[in-house]
Formats: sequence, C-alpha cells, structure tokens
Amino acid sequence: MAAPAERPTGADELKFRDPARARALADAIGRMVEQIGRAPVTVMHVCGSHEQAIAKFGLRHTFPDGLDVIMGPGCPVCVTDLPEVDEAVVLAEDGVRVVTYGDMLRVPGTVRSLAEVQSMGGKVDVVYSAAQAVDIAGGTDEEVVFFASGFETTAVATAAIAVANPPANFSILSAHKYIPPVMEIVAEMPDTRIEGFLAAGHAATITGWGIFERFVERHGIPVVVAGFEPLDILAGIAQLVELVRDGRRAVVNAFPRCVTREGNRIAQQELWRVFRTTGGNWRGIAHVPNGNLRLRDEFAHLDARRRFRIDLKRLWTQAPAALTQLCMCGDIMAGVSSPEKCALFGKECVPDAPVGACMVSSEGTCRIWHQYGGHPRL
Amino acid sequence: MCLGVPGRVVAVNGQIAQVDFFGVRRETRLDVIDEPVQAGDYVLNHVGFAIRRIPDHEIEETLALYEVLLREAENDMMAADVRSEIDAAQLHSGGSGG
Ligand code: SF4
Repeated sequence: MAAPAERPTGADELKFRDPARARALADAIGRMVEQIGRAPVTVMHVCGSHEQAIAKFGLRHTFPDGLDVIMGPGCPVCVTDLPEVDEAVVLAEDGVRVVTYGDMLRVPGTVRSLAEVQSMGGKVDVVYSAAQAVDIAGGTDEEVVFFASGFETTAVATAAIAVANPPANFSILSAHKYIPPVMEIVAEMPDTRIEGFLAAGHAATITGWGIFERFVERHGIPVVVAGFEPLDILAGIAQLVELVRDGRRAVVNAFPRCVTREGNRIAQQELWRVFRTTGGNWRGIAHVPNGNLRLRDEFAHLDARRRFRIDLKRLWTQAPAALTQLCMCGDIMAGVSSPEKCALFGKECVPDAPVGACMVSSEGTCRIWHQYGGHPRL
Repeated sequence: MCLGVPGRVVAVNGQIAQVDFFGVRRETRLDVIDEPVQAGDYVLNHVGFAIRRIPDHEIEETLALYEVLLREAENDMMAADVRSEIDAAQLHSGGSGG
C-alpha cells in the first residue's frame, strides 16, 4: 500500500535522553514477550497523544514482532457520532453561532460538516479553549453555542466555565465522552483479544488511577497508566507486558509525576457537578453505556439541546455519502483493523480531503499514520 | 488534544495565573487546579486550565518532551498540538478572575 510515510521525524530524539535506558527497556520487552511464548501479545492504548508519540518517535520499530500495540477509541473527535455532528450542523444552518475546537470543523456529519456550513455562510468559529467560547458570547447579543468535545480531561474545562456564570446568550452542546466505560466495551468485544490496557496519563491526572481497579477486577485485564515521553511509553509497555507474562491482574501507575491514586479531586467535583453519564453511540464502535457526558438538570439553562429545538430529520432524508460508508474508523478504534487495511487510506481519504473522522483529528489513527507512517513492518 | 502543556507560574491573581510557556507569557485559569500554586511553581495545562501542580523534583523530566517538540517544524502534528495548547491560554491580561 502506498502509504505516504515520512520518516518519523523524532526518531533520533529518542537517543537524546537516555539511550541506554531505552535500549534496556526495549530488550526487556522483547525478552518478556518471548517468555510469554505465544504471539501476538496484544495491548491497547486509548489516547491519541500516545499514538502520536509512538508513531512520531518510531517506537514500534523497537517492539518485538510478537507484540501488537494498537490504538483503541482514544480520539474524542473520531468517536463523536454522526447525529451529534448533525445537531451542530443544524444549529449553524439555522443561523446560530457555533463555536468549537478546530478538529471538530471537518468531521463529516450525515450530509455535511461544520466546515461546509461555514463555507456556505454559516457562523462557525474555532476556539482553543472553553473560556474563549465564553468570551465570544460576551462580545455579542446573538446566541452562541459551544459545541464541546473531548474526554474527561477536556470536559473539566467545560464544567469550570459552566459553573462560572457564563452570559445568558451562551449555551453548551455537549459531545463530551468518558473513557472508562468504553474500555469495558472494548475489553468484551469478541474479535479483540486485548491482554492489557495502557491508560492515558492526563485523563488519569483527573480521575486518578484508582478508577481502574474495578475494571481490572471485572475483566481480569491489567492496566498501566503511562506518560507521553518515549521513555514513559516504553516503561509503561514494559510493565504491562510483565503483568501479562506473570498473569497479574493489577493497576500500575507508571506516571507518578502527574497521576495519583485519587486524581484531581477539585476537577472531579466540578466535572460531576455539571455532567452526568448517559449511554450513547460512539461512532462506528458501539453503544456505550455511561460513555457520554451530558449536562445535569441543574444546568439545563445552559443546555443547547433544551434551549433550541434541533430538528435532525431534515438531514436524515439523505444517506451518508457512499465513500463515508466504506470508512473503517470504527473497526480501527475497536482494535480489529488498522489504517493500511482501508482501501481509501492515502488515496480517496487524505488529511486535506478526509472521508472519515479518523483522518480529521490530530488524534485520529489514520491521520497520525498518514503523517508519521504508521506500521513498523510495512 | 489531551497532551497538555507545562508552564511556569509567574504571578497569581485570584483564579488566574500568569504563566510562562517556554518563553511565551499567557494567562491560565486555576479553577480546577489540584492544589494552590504560587510564582515559581510549574503547572500542567489543558485547554486553558491548569489541572496539576507538577512536583518540583519531576519538572525536568516533564519539560524534556516539550522542549524536543517545540524545536519541531510548524507542520509537525504533535508540535502543533502543543502550540495550540499554549494558544488555549488567554493572551490578554485583566480577566475578571472568574
Ligand atoms: S483511511 Fe479514511 S476512510 Fe479509511 S478508515 Fe481511515 S478515516 Fe476512514
């Protein structure tokens, strides 16, 4: 497959910090996979930033052949479901000002993306932070809807502005997602044989690593919380493979400089004061019980879904574009496929003209593999 | 997007901190920081909010990755994500303090 792979630009930098330690970790991983004595040993991470670092620093080149490190549903933009995008599209088409994070702009909806509504004259603005969304509302009388995406780490920021009395013309269309429940779903999928999870360091900064204890108990799969430095990731994977080898069901915190057992209590308080979990579809993957974060009744006055009557039916007279229906993002995020198995990868589907959400976001597997070259053994 | 970015607190004013991000001065909000911070502390920031005070003895290790990334060209994706985290912190001073 003609993957337009650049060389991993940071591969040399891996040598810059502690080459001896990196080599020792890589050797240890190799030895332990051999000791496990069956292949492949499959572990999953659930974080776009992990995938960026793995691809960028060429870490898969250091993994042994018998180890598969795959990216699960770690891209909040990618798992935003079509109807959620459609809600924002309908609001923008109806003349409401919609502000959102940059990655959300080009995520395909059923008929069109927010970028397309914008090019048709719709009022769509990009912000880097929830606070900037509030500032936009503060500078106008018109209704401003913050189309809010991201996992719990990002939802905390939305919660903080919700409790800080935003202006009356400001409301929130929450597409926020909560990672722990989807790990349960993926762990139980019949086609995936995930033997260990590498949990995302900064989500755990908020939730604490203790949250994974119940998961480990229920599913018998070890979890290691890891940071984002190449050495952090290697160390995390080494610990995970060791747990797999020894058949130990445990949570290990390999990122103690940012993650504690309890996490950030203040952030948790804000998060759960504003949001509750509900079930919902994650694009292409599954219905995830408790996987969506939605505003609590106490914050109904800020909920765009209550403030506006959002009629999606007018979009749903059309089927999604034919190419979109070929997109395999869901299979990729469920760990049963990878970008180079998609016939559209690097051809009909490229970052400038994405077919699926995984090619849009800088946290999407397809986009990351397109930039850095993905697989070690092409 | 969840990568976050560390920065050094220059001054604290209520719920707002002036933070130095590798030479760029910005404002970050302290509404959800895990513990109180003061000038000289390092904090981890995500979408304009500080979410963690980084313990002193761990600062150097935390900064290393970002120093590498910020030397990268404009078109590097991971570097761009770090830059947008810095852009998420407010430019202007004199916020209301939330
Ligand atoms: S390459 Fe494009 S169409 Fe194929 S799975 Fe990835 S995002 Fe979807």
